[in-house]
Amino acid sequence: MSGAGKPRGRNRLERNDRLVRLALLVVAFSAVSVLLVITVFIVGQGTPIMFKYGLKSFLTGSSWYPSEKLFGLWPMIVGSLFVTAGALVIGVPFGLSCAIVLTEFSSKKVRRLIKPVIELLAGIPSVVYGFMGVVILVPFIRQTFGGPGLSVLAAAIILGVMILPTIISISVDALQAVPPSYREGSIALGATRWQTVKMVLFPAARSGIIASVILGMGRAVGETMATIMVAGNAAEVPGSLLAPVRTLTSNVALEMSYATGEHREALFATGVVLFVIIMVLNTIANATSARRRKQS
Amino acid sequence: MKRLGPRIEEKAARSVLWTLTLVTVGVLVFIIFFILRRGLPALSLEFLTANPVDMGKSGGIFSTVVGTVALTVLAILIAAPLGIGTAIYLTEYTWGGPVTRVIRFGAECLAGIPSIIFGLFGFILFVTKLKFGWSILSGGLTLAFMLLPTIIRTSEEAIKSVPPAYRQVSFSLGSTKWQTVTRVVLPSALSGIVTGVVLSVGRSIGETAATIFTAGSALRMPTSLFSSSRTMSVHFYILAREGISMSKAYGTAAILIIAILGINILTYYLMNRFIRKYSS
Repeated sequence: MSGAGKPRGRNRLERNDRLVRLALLVVAFSAVSVLLVITVFIVGQGTPIMFKYGLKSFLTGSSWYPSEKLFGLWPMIVGSLFVTAGALVIGVPFGLSCAIVLTEFSSKKVRRLIKPVIELLAGIPSVVYGFMGVVILVPFIRQTFGGPGLSVLAAAIILGVMILPTIISISVDALQAVPPSYREGSIALGATRWQTVKMVLFPAARSGIIASVILGMGRAVGETMATIMVAGNAAEVPGSLLAPVRTLTSNVALEMSYATGEHREALFATGVVLFVIIMVLNTIANATSARRRKQS
Repeated sequence: MKRLGPRIEEKAARSVLWTLTLVTVGVLVFIIFFILRRGLPALSLEFLTANPVDMGKSGGIFSTVVGTVALTVLAILIAAPLGIGTAIYLTEYTWGGPVTRVIRFGAECLAGIPSIIFGLFGFILFVTKLKFGWSILSGGLTLAFMLLPTIIRTSEEAIKSVPPAYRQVSFSLGSTKWQTVTRVVLPSALSGIVTGVVLSVGRSIGETAATIFTAGSALRMPTSLFSSSRTMSVHFYILAREGISMSKAYGTAAILIIAILGINILTYYLMNRFIRKYSS
């Protein structure tokens, strides 16, 4: 088949085609390679010190005093957990409501008005959210509930708003992917719209909705600048919703600019913990949405 | 507990859902109006064209605008070809299989990695190991890596929505694969691809955690790829956090919001044009 009887130009084109294919394959691996390089560098920089001081004392030690070589990440792990849980408590009901309203309870006209607004929410820089927290939310919390204002509560509310676009857009996709016949069947049986949502659409779109919540969780765990601005950043386990809190991300960002030696390595170790949490969440989200794809 | 009648339950559910939705919309509208109301008075042509004086206490933000633009342009120049190339490979050259799964998984994981991790990575690789220092080059490369998954995903969707008939006609006329891709598929998917790129521009303008540790925070006007430079978002963060000047902070925030608004309107317009082209 080596092109006998074909014009010479044709051969050249086909060879080019094979070259292009090869080049594209190389390019296509760029994202995977970047992921690999990031993993290698973060893990390579962060793990030696973890093993030097012992993994257990690193993860469960409750004192973080880098100047005295005390690197306990427990307060930050708990901090990230609290703040993320709080963000979900706020973000999930609001986000799912928006998704349901957008897909089931609004006219096309209204949808065309609300959808860009929600997309805009995703575009606002995280520093602006943090700033809004500092000038509006923190003083409000301080005056109404007491305490310093810079708190778990403030961070949870700001992050709750910030994860909305993730939850909304993925849930909307999941709800829209439910075949129209399900909806029609339910309505034909005399169910109300809400009953249809509750008993037919939600169960059918469940895995997509779960994926949206997990990805929202990932965003909340990973958010840095907004959290630093409103959380107060004290490196101790918060005693209440109104106590200041430091997350894993804040721990890195706050001290990175001046840390050296083992202190810097400990910050990379913080990055490793964060990285592992995010990868676990990603994999779960990936697996749930893969199951959905298989189902449909 | 007494069960509600389905009609009352329907009413209750609708009102709760709508209330939560309207609160969400209200929060966004409030943020935008609040920033613009406090920030617009601080704006003037001079604010945009003068360099910051006295750590930003007075003067304008010109050097940070230049820094932001330089970082964004560099990041897009690197990420767009890689991202679009990956999308072409995924849509036109493979059909499932383990290779595609690995590539997709890589892109999806990369999309979930928080910006602070990118910042740490860029700092250790570009700033210290490769000795680029805090510079536009380090920052641009780091941002490029961050934008890559977005560009892959949006380009992939744009290319997928080009009707298969276009390709079949092109092949039947005797074109090779690459000719079909460059002369038929890409031009048809262009506005969709551009939408993704514009969206990434928005993301890179708003990014702080990844750029502050890679591009640094120097206020001088950048002169080369190796100059450290402060972006608008970083400048805003420092102004607000260190309480240098609230009025300048609001002004900078207003510029950021206006830029993001403009970018969203542009993507919305492009997207609608693209959708109209292929629906019906």
